[in-house]
Amino acid sequence: MSPWIIGFSVFIVYPMVSSLYFSFTHYDLLGSPQWVGFANYKYMFTEDILFWKAIKNTVWFIVVAVPLQIVFAIATATLLTKPRKGVKVYRTLYFLPAIAPIVAGSLAFLFLFNPAYGPINTFLSGIGIGKPPTWFYSPGSSKWALVILALWGIGEAMIIFLAGLLDVPRHLYEAADIEGGSAWQKFRHVTLPMITPVIFFSLVIGVIQAFQYFTQAYVASTTLGGQRSSLGAPQNSLLFYSIYLFQQGFSYFRMGYASAMAWVLFIITMICTLVLIKTSNRWVHYQGGMFK
Amino acid sequence: MSVTTPTARYGSAVDIPIRAIPQATKRHRVLQAFIDHTVLIVVAVIFMVPMFFILVTSFMTQEQALTSSLIPRPFNFRNYLDVFSEIPLIRYTWNTTQVAVLTTVGTIVSCVPVAYALARMQWRGRQFAFVAVLATLMLPFQVTIVPLYIIFVRLDWINHLTPLILPSFFGDAFSIFLLRQFFMTIPEELSDAARVDGANEWQIMTRVIVPLAKPAIAAVALFNFLFAWNDFFAPLLFVGNNPKLYTLALGLAEFKQRYQAQWNLTMAASVLMMLPIIILFFLAQKVFVEGVTLTGVKG
Repeated sequence: MSPWIIGFSVFIVYPMVSSLYFSFTHYDLLGSPQWVGFANYKYMFTEDILFWKAIKNTVWFIVVAVPLQIVFAIATATLLTKPRKGVKVYRTLYFLPAIAPIVAGSLAFLFLFNPAYGPINTFLSGIGIGKPPTWFYSPGSSKWALVILALWGIGEAMIIFLAGLLDVPRHLYEAADIEGGSAWQKFRHVTLPMITPVIFFSLVIGVIQAFQYFTQAYVASTTLGGQRSSLGAPQNSLLFYSIYLFQQGFSYFRMGYASAMAWVLFIITMICTLVLIKTSNRWVHYQGGMFK
Repeated sequence: MSVTTPTARYGSAVDIPIRAIPQATKRHRVLQAFIDHTVLIVVAVIFMVPMFFILVTSFMTQEQALTSSLIPRPFNFRNYLDVFSEIPLIRYTWNTTQVAVLTTVGTIVSCVPVAYALARMQWRGRQFAFVAVLATLMLPFQVTIVPLYIIFVRLDWINHLTPLILPSFFGDAFSIFLLRQFFMTIPEELSDAARVDGANEWQIMTRVIVPLAKPAIAAVALFNFLFAWNDFFAPLLFVGNNPKLYTLALGLAEFKQRYQAQWNLTMAASVLMMLPIIILFFLAQKVFVEGVTLTGVKG
């Protein structure tokens, strides 16, 4: 037990506490941190317009992408539950995008969504849509392209739901069959309640991860603009919270400010998580049933 | 548990010629299977479009990869050989395999007991501990990585694989949370029965809960392996100055940086990097399917 405590303190607790200390300092990563009290926090809330822009972008992404991902993951997992011919191949194909290195996947999307020659807009014009969106090139549609990228890489959530669906006791479906329940009724009244623990997991993890959404947006922005200064392009529409935090910490070397941003994010995420946990008593059903 | 076939169920209760029903159901089944497969194939094709792009680009020349064309001309199989000659792919694969296998083992060994304690034991502060575990996920790594880096410098672990492996032995909140959720769905009567037989908590965990939660444990193992396989930032920071210890993700980035964006080789290397995982996933599915047979016991 004690070696575990040491490791946990060194690798997890210490970095967290240090970043809290840094958040009250000016720290350029080279010199030693200079104590400035609440200056970082004050600047963030009163003067920094981009901070609010980053919050807005991130909240938009969470509200749109997280529920869509969960619905989409349940739908694909449901398709793959039944044991049937070729199910192993189907499962592998559906999971493939989650295996693709993020750089390769993001590059593929930049190409597919290219407004001039990308296959997607060629297809959209082909079916008579006169003015297809310009995706990564306009602030109005750039986030949607990333939402579609996120839905494409649904593999892991799909596997978790698959495990959850395969866990639903068979006899419950047989009981529903005897009562003549339709497919939808069986899904609504048997499947859905039984997978609420997994939905709860996906929701909490989805929100925590989406607050820190970074890599895909980073690759998209930098590949389009070619360098770090283009982070958040086009027109700051892809300036997500972690992207802005990264820019402050590693492009402008304001690690104190980046740490303060991280702790504000921590508090926001914590509040959202606690709200989800509190409401979960009402809708999450555990078969273990020992804790209500 | 007994499986009731439609014939047996209706045949005994209702007086209809028994043959009529299987034929009707059979036709219905064939139609249903046809619809199912059509949906499955259409969705699979949509999923595969970006993969197709990665694959065709991997066969192009460097110049053609920068254009909008979709058909490689000439068909450049050589790219796959060039990947091997331009970077020491075997060495990178060996480094990555070590990291991926050891972090997976570390995560499972450290997370299963914590998840068990959170899901199936009653103790004061359990709910608080659960929230504390989640809290470790809530700070962006861009910030915690700085103090962590300083620690590894002090321990003289920079340019070793240790910083990539060792932390996994101290638990990972994502894995703990996922395992907790699945452990909580297992009926309490099974633990009670084992308790009556005189099993202690450790025995209940290893002999009752772990076998029943195999699909979830397999998923956690797969995700950790996959994450270690593809992770870029941690290897960049901790072994970035020692090319002998590069992982595949770092090797992949070389085509983008050192040689003026060779997208064709980037994609060929990506395909090669994915292959072992694809095979692993295809084979490991047996474990997910085992979940089905176990459910009979659970109900």
